[in-house]
Amino acid sequence: MITSKTFGSRAFDTVIIVVLLAVSLATLFPILHTVAVSFSNPAIASSGTITVWPKGWSWNAYSRVMDDKQFFTSLWVSVERIVITLVLGTAVTYLAAFPFSRETRDFRMRNIYLWILLIVGSFNGGIIPNYMNAKNLGLFDNFWILVLPYLFNFGNILLVFNFWRNLPKELDDCANIDGAGPWVKLITLYFPLSLPVLATISLFTIVNTWNEYFQAIVFINNPHLLPLQTYLQQIVVTIDPTRPEEIGKGGSLSEVSNQTLDAAKIALTMLPVLFIYPFLQRFFIHGITLGSVKE
Amino acid sequence: MTKWLRNDQFHYHIMLLPVFVLFILFQIFPIYGVTLAFKHFIPTKGVLGSPWAGLEQYKFLMQNPEIWRVLRNTLIISVGKLITLLIVPIVLALMLNELRVKWFKRSVQTITYLPHFLSWVILAGIFRDILSTHGIINHLMETIFGMNPIMYLGSNIWFRPIIILSNMWKEMGFSTVIYLAALTSINSTLYEAAEIDGASRLQKIRHVSIPGIAMVIALLATLSLNGILYAGFDQIYNLYNVIVYDTGDVIETWVFRNGLVGAQYELGTAVGLVNSVIGLLLVALTYTLAYRFANYRIF
Repeated sequence: MITSKTFGSRAFDTVIIVVLLAVSLATLFPILHTVAVSFSNPAIASSGTITVWPKGWSWNAYSRVMDDKQFFTSLWVSVERIVITLVLGTAVTYLAAFPFSRETRDFRMRNIYLWILLIVGSFNGGIIPNYMNAKNLGLFDNFWILVLPYLFNFGNILLVFNFWRNLPKELDDCANIDGAGPWVKLITLYFPLSLPVLATISLFTIVNTWNEYFQAIVFINNPHLLPLQTYLQQIVVTIDPTRPEEIGKGGSLSEVSNQTLDAAKIALTMLPVLFIYPFLQRFFIHGITLGSVKE
Repeated sequence: MTKWLRNDQFHYHIMLLPVFVLFILFQIFPIYGVTLAFKHFIPTKGVLGSPWAGLEQYKFLMQNPEIWRVLRNTLIISVGKLITLLIVPIVLALMLNELRVKWFKRSVQTITYLPHFLSWVILAGIFRDILSTHGIINHLMETIFGMNPIMYLGSNIWFRPIIILSNMWKEMGFSTVIYLAALTSINSTLYEAAEIDGASRLQKIRHVSIPGIAMVIALLATLSLNGILYAGFDQIYNLYNVIVYDTGDVIETWVFRNGLVGAQYELGTAVGLVNSVIGLLLVALTYTLAYRFANYRIF
């Protein structure tokens, strides 16, 4: 594109750069602030003067997290939940995507099933029918309630089969001529080709499973089955700093020391997301537009 | 049996079996629980055995002033979110599109869509800290403007703006991606033609860029109407408290508190049912509109 280098044009660029810098800083500030608080001296943290750099450097909050047994129990539950959801969920998605990637004349029930999944799936009975249902299924206070409802994900199935439908038709024809049945095609033909789309849905699954906290609030009482985000929700959020009786106290010792401790737990819980963020970034734009061209 | 094995249709159904089982267990089964909305629930008799109560719950609801408050809050918050998340990402995308410095563009994007991947539990923890009476925001306001500390999350004036703005903060970068993708697909000869005609950069934005993405804007605006009855449970549930029920209590939080925690199962189901039915109609309506006018298809 041709861009004239007039004074007005330069000024325009400057304004844009300043605004975008401000937006970026505003985005990073709360996150950096929390990390800074977690490394600060509790007494200084409570004065509210910390910006994005720790004051009175201290590992105290992190060494206190190390003593928190529940934190590690919950971390383990989250890890187990992610691994199982990832393996089973990807398998369910991958298998279901194959029939849906067929032409209607090949798989006759295709459109009927898709519409049923879409329409019935859009109807959410609401929180209470789901609660009753899980109770009836005996999944109350059971690890599997954290996994089973998340294995079927219509969006992921869509993503995979639309990806396949964009592959050259000739591939499938060749496989037919060689006498490959559905299972052979599924495993030997489509699997190597699907690695990008499988990476995309895996990353989505990891982040979503890691971030999910509400299921355990409703269905889990046993502290040994509490995922990390639910545990964090209970310690950071349920303790309400805006309750009238606590206003103005501002400086009681327990509250002061909890501020840095909570910040440390928040920072540690953010860490895995930050860690896979570069990968997410690589795949998710791809993921959004993946399979968006339909014939 | 061998005849079946040679039929692809049979294998396709086997492949779909796990999905069907899960779908029946977690989508179809809960639907019978919806009948609770029209029943007197007696725990020992279960959902099926409990006697019918007709429209009693709905009559009770209409007389309950809380429901109107909750409905109003839901609409105000979700419309506020809808508008901010339509305008701000478009402006951001237009700005990013003007820049020629690749690394800067990419850095801004990387930074702004990071919060999308953080949960509201984490973010609520962060916002509760920085917005508290002895948090950094109050500290800055005090040193710069000499303002008295404000309890932002305990104030009926501030709560809705904070919900709408913090949601904008979290999602604006992510929403920008789609507009930016649309902008980069505009044919560059259009800009060159405008350049030859002597258009300034602002005029190019006004007459080339914006018309170029008008279709995408209309499409996303239409699809976002789906969520009008969902003000964002995770966010509000983790940020609100008793003091701000007047302005911050929304349908989902109300149903959770009264229906599930308060064990008024029939009432909670009744409200949830209305919400789900309207939600379903909205999905059907918006997707039909999107299909008619933008040829948008899901599969």
